[in-house]
Amino acid sequence: MEPVRKVEGRAYPWGAKNIDTDVIIPAHWLKTISREGLGKGAFESVRAEPGNLFDDPRYAGAPVLVAGENFGCGSSREHAAWALADLGIKAVIAPSFSDIFSGNAFKNGIVTVVLPQEAIDRLVEVAKTDEITVDLETMTVTTPFQDRFPFALDPFRRDCLMQGLDEIGLTLARDTAISKFETAATQSRPFVMEGGGNEGFAVAGSGRT
Amino acid sequence: MANGPRTLYQKIWDDHVVERRDDGTCLIYIDRHLVHEVTSPQAFEGLRAAGRPVRRPELTLAVPDHNLPTTARTDAAGNLLPIADPESANQLAALRRNTAEFGVRYIEATDARQGIVHVIGPEQGFTLPGTTLVCGDSHTSAHGALGALAFGIGTSEVEHVLATQTLLLRQSKTMEVRVDGTLGHGVGPKDVILAIIGRIGAAGGTGHVIEYTGSVIREMSVEGRLTVSNMSIEGGARAGLIAPDETTFAYLKGRPMAPAGEAWDRAVAYWRSLPSDAGARYDAVVTLDATDIAPSLTWGTSPEDVVAITGAVPDPESFADPAKRAAARKSLDYMGLTPGTAMQDIPVEHVFIGSCTNSRIEDLRAAAAVVKGRHVADRIRQALIVPGSGLVKRQAEAEGLDRIFLEAGFEWREPGCSMCLAMNPDKVPAGERCASTSNRNFVGRQGPGARTHLLSPAMAAAAAVTGRLTDVRDLMA
Ligand code: SF4
Repeated sequence: MEPVRKVEGRAYPWGAKNIDTDVIIPAHWLKTISREGLGKGAFESVRAEPGNLFDDPRYAGAPVLVAGENFGCGSSREHAAWALADLGIKAVIAPSFSDIFSGNAFKNGIVTVVLPQEAIDRLVEVAKTDEITVDLETMTVTTPFQDRFPFALDPFRRDCLMQGLDEIGLTLARDTAISKFETAATQSRPFVMEGGGNEGFAVAGSGRT
Repeated sequence: MANGPRTLYQKIWDDHVVERRDDGTCLIYIDRHLVHEVTSPQAFEGLRAAGRPVRRPELTLAVPDHNLPTTARTDAAGNLLPIADPESANQLAALRRNTAEFGVRYIEATDARQGIVHVIGPEQGFTLPGTTLVCGDSHTSAHGALGALAFGIGTSEVEHVLATQTLLLRQSKTMEVRVDGTLGHGVGPKDVILAIIGRIGAAGGTGHVIEYTGSVIREMSVEGRLTVSNMSIEGGARAGLIAPDETTFAYLKGRPMAPAGEAWDRAVAYWRSLPSDAGARYDAVVTLDATDIAPSLTWGTSPEDVVAITGAVPDPESFADPAKRAAARKSLDYMGLTPGTAMQDIPVEHVFIGSCTNSRIEDLRAAAAVVKGRHVADRIRQALIVPGSGLVKRQAEAEGLDRIFLEAGFEWREPGCSMCLAMNPDKVPAGERCASTSNRNFVGRQGPGARTHLLSPAMAAAAAVTGRLTDVRDLMA
């Protein structure tokens, strides 16, 4: 993953609440088997309306999205994060996010910044004319007008984002601990670790190499 | 590990911590991983690109459901018919290829065990109390009905679980939702969960794991509990647990993938230790009185837009919150509804009985009881019954339910997600209205421009026979 230290540029001044994943990327886009190219389907129903934010040339390629509370609610589809990333969005600022969405966003290098509603209202105003900066170094969102909104981020996520770390690689490095857990669990809960058996299944391939 | 009385959630969590990190996150072991065709291709692709195997294929089970057409899927010889939509076909082929390559158990579309991933997990006994269970699908919360800590994950997490059998998680807050009292005639599990979401709101459970308690939940069957836990995510909670009890054990006993013999006894002994201890504390508590719950349904485009069938379309101006007011105006515009209209005066063109919320045998029985001796109203364009799995379908046919539905003018389909989401050929046309037993009424969910009212199987059946949203109690002698 590309490291992210700072996201700066124009921002979509949206502010809409409860934007669900069906709005971010409708289900018919989920048939792809690749992570690329989903920007075309991002906010399809919004973009069907003339004069919408996402087709406004002023915001073309904006790396920041300012939204209302409960952004990304609905399904677990990571396609929502891929669609935003493909659109060029690197940070979303909102008063709250769905848990699943913020996890997905993080795993795709998108920063989810939680700020109070007053800050969102202000940023929506600023974004109409000016740029916004999300800085992971100083943990602040700033504008050219001396606005300065500090935010918090899970320290682990912040580290991963700033260093562009691969989470799976990090976990695989903990193999000894995982194997130890498995040995103990096989003792205490063998009925779980057997997994129900392969009866009635034709299993081929090489799961464990 | 917390001392003193612990909740069910805390106990499962404690038993699955591989490592605790300084920042409070934990590496959590995942016991069960369900995989379907939509959210897995990129995960397998990631493994392939990095040269990584699936760590524990024996803890993983894959089945196709979202893309499969629900019309006849095999020819006379039992061979799979080609799938018309090339992208769907491609995604389904990818699942077959990936599971074969990585050694993961795969249920083929022609197999009687095929069905919606959240229906087959419990049905096969793959879902067990006290386990951690994940799937790349938000309605994984359903499995919490058996006392599993079950939640939806994104594709990167699917890849993480495939590669490491773990997830890096931060503990959630807990919310007890207690429903006491006795449900009225014609009121069922779907009404209970709709009433809960109406109360807590679509974001009410964000950051929380819910535990459903109270006499109504205790007396509910496992299938009813699955309906309740299924929609936890509609209330913002990633997971919704119900303590395992004798009802759970009776449901699981003898299922193909459940423990048997000595292992069964050992499992039950463990499961009995799981319910929340007396005095365990929750971060939030919500209580509902069963006698206040009527047959319920949604009027808008958020699952929190719940009203009793005896009620009317609300006036957006009646909401205190300006944002809610604006959202309601937009919803009503999309839904083509006028404030003040009695819910029972709203005509429908489509009826969908299915989805992981309501496609199990008890759901079909409840619908059939209303339909029996009646006929689908003339104005209904399409009335679909889509069993949640091939085994549910078989059972329903053995009970003669298919005859009741077919004679009444319903279509009797093959198992799959169907009209729950507009991803396979089953869709609601723009501007048309559907009485649906599924779980999401979002804009465009059942097809671009489709208008969805979420309700119970009995209520959906009632709407089918009258051609309008109907209080099912009026049809129950
Ligand atoms: S039935 Fe609907 S909610 Fe359930 S898994 Fe399928 S698409 Fe998702």
